[in-house]
Amino acid sequence: MTSAKIAESGVAIRVRQLRKSFGSQVVLDGVDLDIQPGEIFVLMGPSGSGKSVLLRHLIGLETADSGEILLNDTRIEDEGVRDRFRLAMVFQSGGLLNSLTVGENVGLYLSEHRLKPATEIERIVQEKLALVHLGPKDSLKYPSELSGGMKKRVAIARALVMEPQVVLYDEPTSELDPLVAVTVGREIVRANAMTRATTLVVTHDRDLAFGIANRIAFLSEGRIVAVGTPEAIRASQDPLILRFLSADFTRD
Amino acid sequence: MLVLFGATLRALPKVFRYRRNLAEQLFEIGNASLFMACVLSLFIGGVLSLQAGPLLTQRGLGSLLGGLVGASLARELGPVMMSILIAGRIGSAMAAELGSMRVYQEIDALRTLNIDPVEYLVLPRVVAISVALPCLLVFSLLIGCAGGAFVAAFNTDVAVSAAAFFNNLKTTLEPRDIIHGLIKTFLFAVTVGVVCCNQGLDTLGGPRGIGRSVTKAVVNSIVFILVLDYVITRMLLPFTKASMAGGF
Repeated sequence: MTSAKIAESGVAIRVRQLRKSFGSQVVLDGVDLDIQPGEIFVLMGPSGSGKSVLLRHLIGLETADSGEILLNDTRIEDEGVRDRFRLAMVFQSGGLLNSLTVGENVGLYLSEHRLKPATEIERIVQEKLALVHLGPKDSLKYPSELSGGMKKRVAIARALVMEPQVVLYDEPTSELDPLVAVTVGREIVRANAMTRATTLVVTHDRDLAFGIANRIAFLSEGRIVAVGTPEAIRASQDPLILRFLSADFTRD
Repeated sequence: MLVLFGATLRALPKVFRYRRNLAEQLFEIGNASLFMACVLSLFIGGVLSLQAGPLLTQRGLGSLLGGLVGASLARELGPVMMSILIAGRIGSAMAAELGSMRVYQEIDALRTLNIDPVEYLVLPRVVAISVALPCLLVFSLLIGCAGGAFVAAFNTDVAVSAAAFFNNLKTTLEPRDIIHGLIKTFLFAVTVGVVCCNQGLDTLGGPRGIGRSVTKAVVNSIVFILVLDYVITRMLLPFTKASMAGGF
């Protein structure tokens, strides 16, 4: 990709009055968000606040009860949107296919859509694996042979193969020790710098959020409580945010 | 389930694209089931001879045993028993694998890569089971008849020679009987494939959800096989009546 194309590659995401309920439980209660092209936007909030459900709406895995999501002013439900805008997602569990090797997982998008010849796919797979610090030997392993951190890195490589305009990360540092979590955080920043893709990260990991975000939104009980730069969120006097950010384990 | 069946039918022209997945599934089904199918057929044929042989011999009709065993295996016992075996052995594995892929977000990941899970996962499985099960029926028929002939020849209460057994089998069993069995088996196979894949894709929750899906997949498959068996037998009966009258 040329640098000019890279600069253009991000997509603006606008969420308008998004509502979703599962039975009687309201999960998203009129969410409004504006995410700028190419930025790293972190959606932070306590467990069960609706962060992952919002992410699943953005990738098309859930349908909203009402409201809309726009990608560069095009409704996400419109015909052909998924072909026009390349959206990739890194799942909490990695979402790697256990029956395929790491290399096959990373090249799956290209091989299934017959986008490149086999030798070219192999080259791209090795290139993307190298970007997340994995070698040719790792490409022959199966996901069951990988550590949690390696799985996340493979999932990032698989997302990068799509040359995405939007990358969504669902709890990328969950179940990882602090050192590996830092590595994954760095990979997210590196991937964003390389692709200029709009990056949305859902997490309740405060260190990750403040470490990588250009802007942060705080979601609680299906509503956006605050949006701003990491500094603005840290300085917020909202009681929900204060409680979330000051929560610490101390013995009585 | 009907929606999944329709989607699988629509995807059928693309099956060649997924030939690698199809070959893997065919190997899996054949490799996992052939030995069990042979053991099951051998003993079903043997038990049929053991049960019917003395009754026919006492009435001087022992020479009809080969046709009886062959026709029973081809038209009824072979298709039903093989399909139930496959539902338990392969259908449960399909439901468990797809259920686990659903729970661990592999199916969601496929969707985000713009890969249709029906084309990538369901189509090769349904086609493989629909090809493999009729092949297993042919094996089952051969082994079952051998089991029946063995018991007929070596059990003193039956005492029908293998030559007499196979001679009657040859004159009684017509191609239409085998076709009857193959049609049934094919329809049972499609049913087992669609029911089990549907249960797998519908899995919710964690490991308990996978367990529930596997149980439901096997139970629903068996119920569908038995109901379909009656319906298909009723529909095919006019075409097989002539051979039944002629053989016995």
